[in-house]
Amino acid sequence: MIGLVARRLLAAIPVLFIVALIAFGLLYLAPGDPAAVIAGDIASPEDVARIRESLGLNEPFFVRLGIFLNDLLHGNLGTSIFSNQPVTELIAQRMGPTLSLACLTIVLSVAIAVPLGALAAWYARSPMDWIALTAGIVGFSVPVFVIAYLLVWVFSVKLAWFPVQGYKPLSTGILTWLHHLTLPAISLASVYIALITRITRTSMLEVIGQDYIRTARSKGLGDGIIIWRHALTNASIPIVTVIGIGIALLMGGVVVTETVFSIPGIGRLLVDAILRRDYPIIQGVMILLSAIYVAVNICVDISYIFFDPKLRN
Amino acid sequence: MDETASHRFGRLRLARSLGGPVVVGGTLLILVALLCGFVPLIDGTDPNAISPVNRFKPPSGRYLFGTDGLGRDIFARVMVGGRVSLIVGFSVAILSMIGGVFLGIITGYFRTADAVLSRVLEAFMAIPAVLLAISLIALTQPSIRNVIFAITVSEIPRVTRLMRSVVLSLRNQAFVEAAVAAGTPVPQILWRHILPNTFAPLIVQATFICGSAVILESILSFIGAGAPPTVPTWGNIIADGRNYFQLYPHMIFFPAVFLSTTVLGINILGDGLRDQLDPRMVRNI
Repeated sequence: MIGLVARRLLAAIPVLFIVALIAFGLLYLAPGDPAAVIAGDIASPEDVARIRESLGLNEPFFVRLGIFLNDLLHGNLGTSIFSNQPVTELIAQRMGPTLSLACLTIVLSVAIAVPLGALAAWYARSPMDWIALTAGIVGFSVPVFVIAYLLVWVFSVKLAWFPVQGYKPLSTGILTWLHHLTLPAISLASVYIALITRITRTSMLEVIGQDYIRTARSKGLGDGIIIWRHALTNASIPIVTVIGIGIALLMGGVVVTETVFSIPGIGRLLVDAILRRDYPIIQGVMILLSAIYVAVNICVDISYIFFDPKLRN
Repeated sequence: MDETASHRFGRLRLARSLGGPVVVGGTLLILVALLCGFVPLIDGTDPNAISPVNRFKPPSGRYLFGTDGLGRDIFARVMVGGRVSLIVGFSVAILSMIGGVFLGIITGYFRTADAVLSRVLEAFMAIPAVLLAISLIALTQPSIRNVIFAITVSEIPRVTRLMRSVVLSLRNQAFVEAAVAAGTPVPQILWRHILPNTFAPLIVQATFICGSAVILESILSFIGAGAPPTVPTWGNIIADGRNYFQLYPHMIFFPAVFLSTTVLGINILGDGLRDQLDPRMVRNI
C-alpha cells in the first residue's frame, strides 16, 4: 500500500511539472506581443515596457523559465500586475468561499447521483430509470448559468426562500452558510450529477448482470442489501474515477457560479483578472486548480484499495 | 438509400433507428440552424441598432423577444448569436478531430512517442478546459477566431485520449497483425486499416465536443473572456441581461432557451449515434 501511494505521488511530479511548463509557455506561444495585449489599447509605450519588464519578457527564455520554476518550488506564484500583491496571498484570501462551494457541491452531487444511478440500473426501464437518463442528458446540455438563473428566478425572486446572491462564511453559523450556498451548489452540481448518474447507472448495469448477484438474490437477500452492499461496492471503482475526473469540470463551473451569485472566491478573482488581463493571477489559478485536480485524483487512486481488496497486497 | 441497402439493413431496423433519438436531436439542431441561418436574412433587423426610446420593452408583436437595456432587438440578437454558437461548435468539432486523430494515432501506435505524449496529455487533462481557454484568450485579442482556437486546444486532449485507446485495441486485432506480417508499410496500415475503423467512435465524440464547445463558448462570453462585446453571442446577450435580470427576465430567458435547446439537440443526437454505431467502443461518457 505504501508502495502504491509512493508510486502515485512520484507519477504526479512530471504531470505537475508539465502543467507549470504549459502555464509558463502560453505567454510565449501567444501570437503578437503579450505585453501589448495585457496593457490594453489605451496604454502608453512606458506601460507596455513596464509590463514586459514585470513579466520578465526581456530576459532570455530559459533564464526566465529557471526563475519561474524556482519561484514555484518556493511557493511563489508571482505578483499581480494590477495590484502588485503576491498571487499566493490573493488566492489565499479567496480560498474559503470556493472550498465551501466545491465541497458542498461534491457532497450534494454524490448524495443525489449515486442512489439515483444505482436505482435506475436496478429498476431498469422504470420511471426511475427515465428520470436518471433525463438528468444525465439535461445536466450536460443546460449550462450552469442558465440553471443558476432559473433557480434564482423561482426560489429567490418569486418565492424569496433564498438570497439572490452573496456569501456568508461558515463562521456566521451553519444555517446562514447553507442558506447562501444552497442555490449555487445546486446549480454547480447539475453537470456533476449528470456525470455521476450516468457512470453509476452504466457501472451498476454491468455488475447486476453477474452471477454472484443472482446467487445473492436466490439465497433470499433483500434488494437493499444487494444493491448497496453487493452491487455498489463492486461497481464503485469507475464511479470514484469519474468523480475524480469530474473535478476539472467542477472547477470550470465554479468560475461561472461565483460570477452569477457574486461569491468572492477564486472564480471571481479569475474573472476580475481576465477583465484586467492580469496574467500572473490567471497563471497562478491555473496551476493551483490543476494541482488540486492531481491531488484529488491521487486520493481517488488510493481509494481503490478500499474498494478492491485484491489491490491491498 | 437504394433498394438493396434498405433490404440489407431491414426496413424495420431502419424505421426504428430513424424514430429514435437521432431524429429528435437532429431535428432540434436543424431547426435552430435553419432559424438562425435564414431569419436574419429575411428579417433584416440590425442586431446592434440602439434605440434608447425602446429600452427594456417586454416581448410583443413588434419585438418578439423584447429589447435590452440599449433598446436592441433581442430576437435579432439571439438569431445572429446562434450563428456564432453553431459556427464555433462545428469548427471546434472538426478542428479538434483533425488534431486529436493525428496525435491519437501517434500515441496509440508508436510506443516511444506514447511514453512522452501521454504525460503531456495527462497534464492538459488536469487543467480545467475553461481555464485553459481563458488563459489563451487573455493573451490574444478577443475574436471569434481566437475563441475557436482556444476551445479547440482544450478539447484536443480528450479526442486524443479516445483515439489512443481505440488505436491501442485495434493494433492487437488479427487483421492488423496480418497486415504487419505481410510487410505492409506503416503509413498504409494506419491509413487503410486503422483509420477507417475509428470513424464510428470519432463521429460520436465529435457530436459531444460540438455540444461542449457551444457551452464553453457561451461560458467564455458570459464571463467576458469570449467574443468581443460588439458581437452578439448567446453568452454575451445573457451577460448583458445579468444586471436587469430581476426586473426583465426576458433578457436572459430567450437566449438561455435557445442555448439549452441547441446543446440538448446535439447531445441527444450524440447519444442516439452512440447507441447505433458501436455501444462498446465509446462507453466512457
